[in-house]
Amino acid sequence: MAATTVIHAYYDDDDVLMHAVKKVKAEKHHIEEVYCPFPVHGLDKAMGLAPTRIAITSFMYGCLGLIVSIVMMKYIMIDAWPMDIGGKPSFSYIENMPAFVPIMFELTVFFAAHLMVITFYLRSRLWPFKKAENPDVRTTDAHFIMEIEVHNNESELKDLLLDTGAVELNIIKNSH
Amino acid sequence: MAVGVLGIGIGFVSAPGTVEEAKAMVAAHDDGHGDSHGEEASHAIASDHGEATDHSAAHDEHLLHQLQNRPWSALYVAAFFFFMIALGVLAFYGIQRASQAGWSPMLFRVMEGITAYLVPGGIIVFVILVLSVLHFNHMFTWMDADVVAHDKLLQNKAGYLNPTFFLIRAAIFLGGWIGYREISRKLSIAQDNADDNSNFKKNFRFSAAFLVFYLISESIMSWDWIMSVDPHWFSTLFGWYVFASMIVSGITVIAMVTIYLKSKGYLPDVNDSHIHDLAKFMFGFSIFWTYLWFGQFMLIWYANIPEEVTYFVTRIEDYNLPFFGMVVMNFVFPLLLLMNSDFKRVNWFVIMTGIVLLAGHYLDIFNMIMPATVGDQWYIGIPELGAILFFAGAFIFWVFRALTHAPLQPTRNPFIEESRHFHY
Repeated sequence: MAATTVIHAYYDDDDVLMHAVKKVKAEKHHIEEVYCPFPVHGLDKAMGLAPTRIAITSFMYGCLGLIVSIVMMKYIMIDAWPMDIGGKPSFSYIENMPAFVPIMFELTVFFAAHLMVITFYLRSRLWPFKKAENPDVRTTDAHFIMEIEVHNNESELKDLLLDTGAVELNIIKNSH
Repeated sequence: MAVGVLGIGIGFVSAPGTVEEAKAMVAAHDDGHGDSHGEEASHAIASDHGEATDHSAAHDEHLLHQLQNRPWSALYVAAFFFFMIALGVLAFYGIQRASQAGWSPMLFRVMEGITAYLVPGGIIVFVILVLSVLHFNHMFTWMDADVVAHDKLLQNKAGYLNPTFFLIRAAIFLGGWIGYREISRKLSIAQDNADDNSNFKKNFRFSAAFLVFYLISESIMSWDWIMSVDPHWFSTLFGWYVFASMIVSGITVIAMVTIYLKSKGYLPDVNDSHIHDLAKFMFGFSIFWTYLWFGQFMLIWYANIPEEVTYFVTRIEDYNLPFFGMVVMNFVFPLLLLMNSDFKRVNWFVIMTGIVLLAGHYLDIFNMIMPATVGDQWYIGIPELGAILFFAGAFIFWVFRALTHAPLQPTRNPFIEESRHFHY
C-alpha cells in the first residue's frame, strides 16, 4: 500500500466524538477508522458504515443447527440404538419427536451463537496472540481516536478537528 | 420541561371529539351486532333445547348441558379475552413504572387508556362468574353439589374450590387490580402539573407493590377462572401460560392503538423506535408463550398420567384444527414476520401480525375453556362471533373514551425527554 499520512484526533468523551464524527462527515472528509475503548451507540451509522450482515449468518447457522439436531436424534435414538424410554418403545421418529424438541432448540441456539462469534472473529481478523492494531494504548482506557487521511489539507483538517473538540492531534507519516 | 409537548397535548384534548365520535359509531355498530347476536344466541339456546329434548329419548343429558353451555362459554371466552388484554397491559405498564424505563413514558397514556377497560371488563367477568355460581350455567362442574357428592377428588378440593371462597378471591383480585389502575392513573395525571417528582416516586412504589400482588393473584386467577373448568386436571405452570397469552395480547394492542393514534397525528413524538421496541416485545413474548405451551405439553406427554393426558387427548382429537392452528398463528407467523429488524419498524406489518396474534390468542382462550364446557360440540359460529364483536366494540369504545380524557403525551414525567429522543 502506498505510504500515506494520517491525522489522529484524540477525544475524551463519546458525545463529543459523536458530534465530531457528524461534523467531519458533513465536511465530506473520509473517516478511515475510529478507535474506542467501548462500543459507542450509533457510531456506525454516523460514520456511514454499511449495516452488518452478521444477523443473516446467524439465521443460517441456526437453520444448520436445527437440521443437524434433527438428523442426529434420528440416528442416535431411532436408527443406531433404539431405546425404550418412559414406556414409549414405538421406535418411530415422529411419535417420539416431542422429546427431541428441547435438543433441537438447544442445538439451534448453540450453532447460531458459537458460529456467529467465530464468524465475527474471522471477519474482524482477530485470533489468539495477534498484535494489537490500535495506534495508542490510551484507546483501551479513556480516549477515542479518529483517523483521517491527509491529502495536502493538513492545516485545514487540523482547524476543523480542533474546532470539534479534539484534545490532541498527531500526524502519523508513512502509516500502513 | 417540554412546552411543545404540552401544546400538542392541549391540542389533542380539544381535538378528540372526532375520534370519539368515530369510535362511538364503530362501537354502536358493533353493539348493535352484538345485541342482535345475543338474541340469536338465546334463540340458539331454545333451539338447542328442542334438539336436545329429541335426544332425551336417549337420555343424553350430558349433551344437553354441553349445548346449553355453548352460548355461555362463548360469552365467557370473549369477555375474558378482552378483560385479559387490559390486564396484560396493566402488568406491562406496572413493569415499565417499577423499572423506571426510559423509552416508554411516551406510551403511558395509551396504556392507561387501555387499562380503563379493566373496570367494565372486570365487572362483566365477575357477573358471569356470579351467574355461574347461581347455576345459570354448567361451565364449572365443581359448583354443582350433586357432582361433588359423587366425586372424591372434588370433595378433597372443596376446601379451596367452593363457590363462596371462589367469589371472595375474584372480588379481592379485581379490587386490587382496579385499585392500582385508578391510583396509578391519578398519580400519572397529577405528575403533569406537579412541581416535583413526588407523584412519580409514589407511582413507582405502588407499581412495585402491585407487581408482587399481581404475580400471585394472576396465577390464582388462572386456576380459578380457567383451570377449574377441568376440575380434575392441573398444571403447575398454568398461571405463567395464561400470563404469556395475556401479555402478548396486551402489548399487541398497545402497538396497534399507538400506530392508529400516530397515524391520526395525535402522538407526534412517538417514533419508529418505539414501535420497534413494542414489536420486539411481541416477538419475544410469542416465543415465550410457545415455550410454555410446549413445556406444558411435553411434560404431560412424557409422564403419561391418565388424569393429565386427557386434557391434551381432548384437544388433539376434538380440537385438532384450533389447537395446532393457534401454534401456527401465535408462533410460526410472528417468528417469520417479526424476525427481521426492519420489518418491526414497518407499521402495517406490525398491525397485520398483531391481528393474527390476537386471533391466535383468542383461540388459545377458546381452547382452554371450550373442551371442558362444550366438549366436541364446538363450533365458531354466531354465539362466538357475536360475543367477540360485542366485547370488541365495548373494548374499543371504552378505551378510546378513556384516551380522550387526558393529554395523550405526558409532559412532566422525569423520563419524558429520554423517551422523546428514544432511538434504537
